[in-house]
Amino acid sequence: MEWVNIVIQGVLIGGLYAMFAAGLALIFGVMRLVNIAHGDLIVLAAYIALMTTDTLGINPLLAIVIVVPIMAAVGYGLQRALLNRTLGDDLLPPLLVTFGLSVIIQNALLELFTADSRRLRAGAIEVASFPLAEGVWIGVLPLLQFVVAVAVIGALQLLFYRTPFGRAFRATSDDQSVAQLMGLDNRHVFALAMALSLAVIAVAGVFIAIRTNFDPAIGPARLIFGFEAVIIGGLGSMWGTLAGGIILGVAQAVGAQINPGWQLLAGHLAFLFILALRPEGLFPKVKG
Amino acid sequence: MIASFKVEHATRSSRIGVAAFALGFVLLAAAPVWGGRDDLRLLSEIYAYVALASLWNLLAGYAGLVSVGQQAYVGLGGYMLFASTILAGVHPLLAVPLAGAVAAVVALPVAGLMFRLRGHYFAIGTWVVAEVFRLIASQLSALGGGSGISLPASIVTAMAPSRQLREFLMYWVALALVVIVLAAIVLLLRSRYGLALTAIRDNEIAARSNGVDVTRTKLVVYVLTAFGTAMIGALIFLQKLRISPDTAFSVNDWTAFVIFITVIGGIGRVEGPIIGTIIFFVLRQTLADLGSLYLLMLGAVAIAVMLLAPKGIWGFLAERFGWQLLPLERRLRFAADARTT
Repeated sequence: MEWVNIVIQGVLIGGLYAMFAAGLALIFGVMRLVNIAHGDLIVLAAYIALMTTDTLGINPLLAIVIVVPIMAAVGYGLQRALLNRTLGDDLLPPLLVTFGLSVIIQNALLELFTADSRRLRAGAIEVASFPLAEGVWIGVLPLLQFVVAVAVIGALQLLFYRTPFGRAFRATSDDQSVAQLMGLDNRHVFALAMALSLAVIAVAGVFIAIRTNFDPAIGPARLIFGFEAVIIGGLGSMWGTLAGGIILGVAQAVGAQINPGWQLLAGHLAFLFILALRPEGLFPKVKG
Repeated sequence: MIASFKVEHATRSSRIGVAAFALGFVLLAAAPVWGGRDDLRLLSEIYAYVALASLWNLLAGYAGLVSVGQQAYVGLGGYMLFASTILAGVHPLLAVPLAGAVAAVVALPVAGLMFRLRGHYFAIGTWVVAEVFRLIASQLSALGGGSGISLPASIVTAMAPSRQLREFLMYWVALALVVIVLAAIVLLLRSRYGLALTAIRDNEIAARSNGVDVTRTKLVVYVLTAFGTAMIGALIFLQKLRISPDTAFSVNDWTAFVIFITVIGGIGRVEGPIIGTIIFFVLRQTLADLGSLYLLMLGAVAIAVMLLAPKGIWGFLAERFGWQLLPLERRLRFAADARTT
């Protein structure tokens, strides 16, 4: 029963990683941009949640309603003011500018909030749990996080394939200049994609703030988890990122059970293993 | 007609540049005579950054392999030095090239995996590799695990009997290493590989269609860079006398600074990292008190340079005035008889 509990823990945390990954995959799909500051923006969302709950005194889960639009606005502004200028054939500018951004966000958070680790208090829900079967317990908060992640990814999938919004994203993804000829303003489409990406990771950031201790330095590790989930899952669909997140989460949970020092290592090794065996991921994009 | 022409690398500015480098080398080699202990320490650190930035520039600026995980090899080099001296009794100065060789061997399978990741994803993949190395290092209880280990005094004193002599020796090794790294890069760029690399830098598809084996060239550069980076890493930690997973695999110290130096100085040019390092240290000596604000400003300056002058300070000067400090250009010079026929 112990192992069942561990795998369930891993699956539930995998939902969180899937949200990191969905944000990354979304902007990579639309504009071929890999945002190295992705993890630091997740941490920024956690700190915005901290400030919101501190000033308004509301339940952290309610803070999502405020943090999501703020992060979406940050994403839109960031893309319009800075990142759009870096896009082109050359790989270097977007990588180096987002790398610089990552360093700036980390150190700005360090200046404003110090290196102390913080945590949000969500009340009784934090420790609430219920039995699923004999000896198998599920925490309410982890389950809620997982359900929200699945809902977010399902919504993204629908938005991508069933709405005019998603059609614009897919068109720009397929061919930027033709999309522009068809009357799409790429700069606006890219900014919307970034806004959506940061809205998704804002949800993830609030859950991180409630479930774990966080400090300004944890961003890069979140970027890496999201990236690994993307590569494991493949770039075929948003559901791939969910599968990737779950595999990563389970690998970490199992690794931690064998030896506490192996938690992260086991996740990285799972990623390298998939990269060696199936470099296109488990759910690759269909070539047409 | 048999073409009678030759390829010239040097220009007037590069002759002045090479003379300046030679003069500078003599002055710097004599630093133990004119400088104090702090000067030597600062200069050694500068050499390490010039070398690290030059190697990263070769990797990212020429081969288009934008790695944010070169701390993997700095740390690996450092740990190899500690492992080979403490556990196997190797002489510390011999351990430096040994660390480079081990890193080159390790880099082969790593490249095999990482080259499957295209472009942007390669960058984050290299970061994962560095994290894996860091986590493995913190599991090595023989080398102090997560809290690290110091180099035993017996190994330190075995290098040279007096502290002063030891400091001179390490200073000269640091200077020699940066000169070797720079010379190797210049020679590589003047060779056939250099022509291939410059072609890849300018246009990868065009290079491929002209018969350049792009993957093989990139692999060679990746492995050579790992070799050099690990040697520098070994020397850095030989000077620090202490290593821990967090300092050895620090992304800020060994990648962020190195990237900012190269971008500000001028990426894709050999002179860029040298100019960038000088600027970096001048700024650091004046602004070091600002702590994390300094890193924040450096990031902002690097972004501004990337957007406004993507070829950096040296790239701007070189284009404006046609300067080159090192003889790297290729110009065809025809013999008189060839021109008449």
